[in-house]
Amino acid sequence: MPAEPPVVSPGTLAEAYALLAADAYRPVAGGTDLLVQITGELGDPPERVIDIWRLDELRGIRLKLDALVIGALTTYTEIRRSPLIGEFLPAFAEAAATIGAVQIQNRGTIGGNAVNASPAGDMLPLLLACDAQLVAGSAAGERSVAALDFWPAYRRTALAPSELLLRINIPLMPGRQVRYRKIGTRRAQAISKVVMALAWQSDDDAQSPWRNVHLALGSVAAVPIRAARTEALLEGAPPTEVVADRAASTLADEISPIDDVRSSADYRRAVAARVLHRLIRDEGRW
Amino acid sequence: MTRTLPPAARPTVAPEALIVPPGATLAGRATSRGPLRREGPAKLTGLTKYADDLVFPGAWYGATIRSTEPHARLLGIDLDEAYDWTKVVVVTAADIPGDNVVATIRDDQPVLVPVGGEIRHQAEALCLIAAADRSTLRAARRHLTVRTEPLPAIFDPLESTQEFSRVEVERGDLEVGFAAAELVIEGTYRVGHQEQLYIENQAMIAVPREDGGVTVHGSCQCPYYIHGALKRALDLTDAQAVVVQAETGGAFGGKEEFPSIIALHASLLARKAGRPVRMIYDRHEDISATTKRHPAVIRHRTGVTRDGRLVAQEIEVVMDGGAYCTLTPVVLSRGVLHAGGPYRCANVRIAGRAMATNTPPNGAFRGFGAPQVEFATEMQVNRIAEALAISPLELRRRWAYREGDITPTGQVLRESVAAVEVLEAAAEASDFARHAEQTRRAREARQSGARVASGIGVALGWHGAGFTGSGEVHIGSVASVELTDAGVVRILTAQTEMGQGTKTIFPQLVSAELGLDQAEVEVAPQDTSIVPDSGPTVASRTAMVVGGLIIAAARRLRAQVEASTGRPFADSYRGFAEEHGGLRFDERFVPYPNIHFDDATYRGDAYPAFGWACAVAQVDVDLDTGEVSVRDVVSADDAGRIIHPILAEGQVEGGTLQAIGYATIEEIKVVDGRYLNDRLATYLIPTALDAPRIRAILVESPFSGAPHGAKGLGELPMDVGAPAVVAAIHDATGVWIHDLPATPERILAALTGAPTPPPPGVSTQGADRRAA
Amino acid sequence: MSYRFVVNGNAVEVEVPGMRRLLDVLREDLSLTGTKEGCGEGECGACSVLLDGMVVDSCLVPVCQVEGSTVRTVEDLANGSALNDLQAAFLETGGAQCGICTPGMLLAGEAFLASGAEATDASIREAIAGNLCRCTGYTKIVEAITLAAERRHAPGSQEPRA
Repeated sequence: MPAEPPVVSPGTLAEAYALLAADAYRPVAGGTDLLVQITGELGDPPERVIDIWRLDELRGIRLKLDALVIGALTTYTEIRRSPLIGEFLPAFAEAAATIGAVQIQNRGTIGGNAVNASPAGDMLPLLLACDAQLVAGSAAGERSVAALDFWPAYRRTALAPSELLLRINIPLMPGRQVRYRKIGTRRAQAISKVVMALAWQSDDDAQSPWRNVHLALGSVAAVPIRAARTEALLEGAPPTEVVADRAASTLADEISPIDDVRSSADYRRAVAARVLHRLIRDEGRW
Repeated sequence: MTRTLPPAARPTVAPEALIVPPGATLAGRATSRGPLRREGPAKLTGLTKYADDLVFPGAWYGATIRSTEPHARLLGIDLDEAYDWTKVVVVTAADIPGDNVVATIRDDQPVLVPVGGEIRHQAEALCLIAAADRSTLRAARRHLTVRTEPLPAIFDPLESTQEFSRVEVERGDLEVGFAAAELVIEGTYRVGHQEQLYIENQAMIAVPREDGGVTVHGSCQCPYYIHGALKRALDLTDAQAVVVQAETGGAFGGKEEFPSIIALHASLLARKAGRPVRMIYDRHEDISATTKRHPAVIRHRTGVTRDGRLVAQEIEVVMDGGAYCTLTPVVLSRGVLHAGGPYRCANVRIAGRAMATNTPPNGAFRGFGAPQVEFATEMQVNRIAEALAISPLELRRRWAYREGDITPTGQVLRESVAAVEVLEAAAEASDFARHAEQTRRAREARQSGARVASGIGVALGWHGAGFTGSGEVHIGSVASVELTDAGVVRILTAQTEMGQGTKTIFPQLVSAELGLDQAEVEVAPQDTSIVPDSGPTVASRTAMVVGGLIIAAARRLRAQVEASTGRPFADSYRGFAEEHGGLRFDERFVPYPNIHFDDATYRGDAYPAFGWACAVAQVDVDLDTGEVSVRDVVSADDAGRIIHPILAEGQVEGGTLQAIGYATIEEIKVVDGRYLNDRLATYLIPTALDAPRIRAILVESPFSGAPHGAKGLGELPMDVGAPAVVAAIHDATGVWIHDLPATPERILAALTGAPTPPPPGVSTQGADRRAA
Repeated sequence: MSYRFVVNGNAVEVEVPGMRRLLDVLREDLSLTGTKEGCGEGECGACSVLLDGMVVDSCLVPVCQVEGSTVRTVEDLANGSALNDLQAAFLETGGAQCGICTPGMLLAGEAFLASGAEATDASIREAIAGNLCRCTGYTKIVEAITLAAERRHAPGSQEPRA
């Protein structure tokens, strides 16, 4: 029986804001990260916990003008089943299917993934690749933080202690393609060795140049990153073999992964490059 | 699904291998389905109580304070004076009434390191605490400090000078052999640790007895091992030390000797606290501190002729025993005896040594030395097949032992040899030749930029049934069958059920002898105050040896009742009990006829009989990432006589998946003598999505020494699964992987010519590794 | 703090800290020891229960989030001593060996059967991918769930109560 820090379970967002304005709380959503940390004694248990599970304001997936708005408490199962996701962001459902297994997917949330801020967070490269805006709220009001600014350091977010992550806005762009690939040790219940999301816009044929290229990776740095140099190389280029070769070697050069319990720097570097090469090859159909 | 093939043509002399036809019944054997698992309904409804489910009112919780250094002198254990220690019981080595020794083969491992003593591994137990609740326990831990003085640590068994044991087996003349060789192939193979990963963590609950002793309830394979350990360290009599096996949620060797340590710890706390104490490990502690499969480095030098004859085998086996001896000499022994593989060779030398390192002690895990060495042997055979351009199937067909052949210890394999039969059965069921041709063509046609490559691989293995050499004679097992005063037939053995089906097959065997329905035969609980010491539940000896003992006891019971009543046992036994009272027959193990082994020279009949197995694996390899998907495995296994086909298949299927995990994803990285993979998030076993289709083929080549013909089965499938997978990886990609596990990192490095990752099983030093 | 919910059809009220794991509430406060702890990390699935019909790892659910919900554990599957169809299938095929993963596995199986998804080898394996088994190699577990699906969805079969 692990440590059991005191917890409050506010019924409304206003209640939650008031609590957070008064004291420092660690939020718990589906529990799939926090309870692992408490039970495993990975660090000291939090002094106090705020249970946000009852805040229905944080649920739901909605289409708003040119963006999909995903509530922070949206579970991976809900993402997989959502017709809106299926139509507009199928890569998100693909990614959600690679997380844990059904038990984890029923409870784990996209907001929790973002706030836990693991460098291996499976949804995070997609948020980066799709220019997500993460909306934070507190008693002082709401503000929007770009994904690029949301993870400033290892396991840290841009949230102030009194803020909650409310929802994530994903701008929808005409003609944007998104691809996702996760390399894990086994086919379920695996933390990634390398996780990648690639997004671009192009006309609908294999020779057209790619525009607005976003390449994001997890598990290759202390935070999820965008590979800016590789993006620059791909920008305006069609998916040819020459381009793929150059992009792969640029990516291998650009990232500095580490050795850890799961894999090695050499492997991560090599595989990130090869997976990118394959993604481009699949699009170029050569 | 049981695959059936028509029985091979039989000579008139000895029974030959035959495949089980469904529906066939022999004495002691079930019909093709077999009775339902005896304790199945209780397990399926959640009624079964495992150790942590048991309630002992007033019990406290115990915890172990462990070293954090791989090698050090323990200078002192300090309790913070500011903390209220009246609520906590603390036990140190000074509290041990008997010998501070965990009784196993040698007396080198202390129950707790004494102050002034030497800490030899990073998870070693230093002292124990108990309290009424877990939060007090957590707080107490924080107020206890251990003072140590670091000592230099040894991590590489090849560099260690402390030897646990050494064994050498030799036959013929190596020089003559190599002189006749036209090709010599050398290879070095390395295998890392493997964690048994029973889903139920280790657990023991100790309850002090009024007679000054202790009763322990817990998860274990060998109640009498614990019994002996309790007597020794707590200075107790036979009657004062009582061990009751709780329903055990998997073991695989990991609960063979380690539970003695937990039982001792719980008992010391219980005696000092004057109340029951629960020691229930969490998964992190279980992985960090308990025994693993021995890592090993195996070197082969093999001489062959160009036309495919095996003329010389020179093999060196070095095992890493960890910090203390535990069962290492026996693991090494089995490893050396199996290292030549199931192949006939006139000139063989196998030299093995087991060395100490400052890592947690290694111990028993299904296969017990054989999976390690047989991985190396089978990879070596596959490399030779490729060098000679002979099919790996055909080469094995030529080299495999047949009846009458002689092993490196000089044992004549007089009967029960099914190597070729399992090879052919697996080859046919997997359609090996056709798939091998397909993969060959695909490999030749492969363009650069191909994404996936498929491969098929085969491995042949053997496993000596029962204890090595005179082990069985030394332990002198006793098993009993009784007719109680109340007219109930009951089996009394110390053999533990851990999922393999002991509680189902024992009633089958006895009821078949007595002419009863199996439901009429009871099995006494594994409680040392009730059952005799029929030996440990290890070494695949339960069905063969102890099954044989209870059959003999049942026959004597039957004979006596029938002689007295003049009627068949089934009709008269209840009346007999009413009139005459109960009867009990104790059967002590008697050596198998014509089986002799000399422990001093390591010559003779190493095992009464061998089991034989062949696995064929099909894999897909992602050429971008080196990831392996094992799609299909066929395993043909000969266990002498199949008592219960579904339970037997269960052993083959489960053992095969453990071997696949061993080959692919079960990796332990060691840093400063500590396992980096110490949680389920980082020590990975296959999920249902990773597991292939597994097809078990049950083969029977009976052993005449056992009354039912049975040999062992539990460990046999573990010996062949891993090399079959790694051979398939080679077939798919062309790369040879010599290290286990064959991770994507190793495969990709081999494919791209990048530097190979560090070898498995050996600790690296001091790098700051983030476990993310 | 007091929390009220339904377990196996019975209304319960527990006075425990809100961050107590549902697993501990079931095993220790309610003495329902059928649900097992294999890892405490949400990796092995031995602690799986149905929470409002969804299969979850009870080692990761704080009881404060169970207020007003419905929980089903392995103890709820059988009807007295009569095994339900899934349990019976496990018994027939040999899907349980040591039995420690079995309660969680059964609940994952129940959730799969209740979903009405087509029972293929792939879909069953995905449904139980969060339940580790070390004994069986999963072969006979998949057989058992396949068998139960055939029987449960056969015309004229009696669906067990929800």
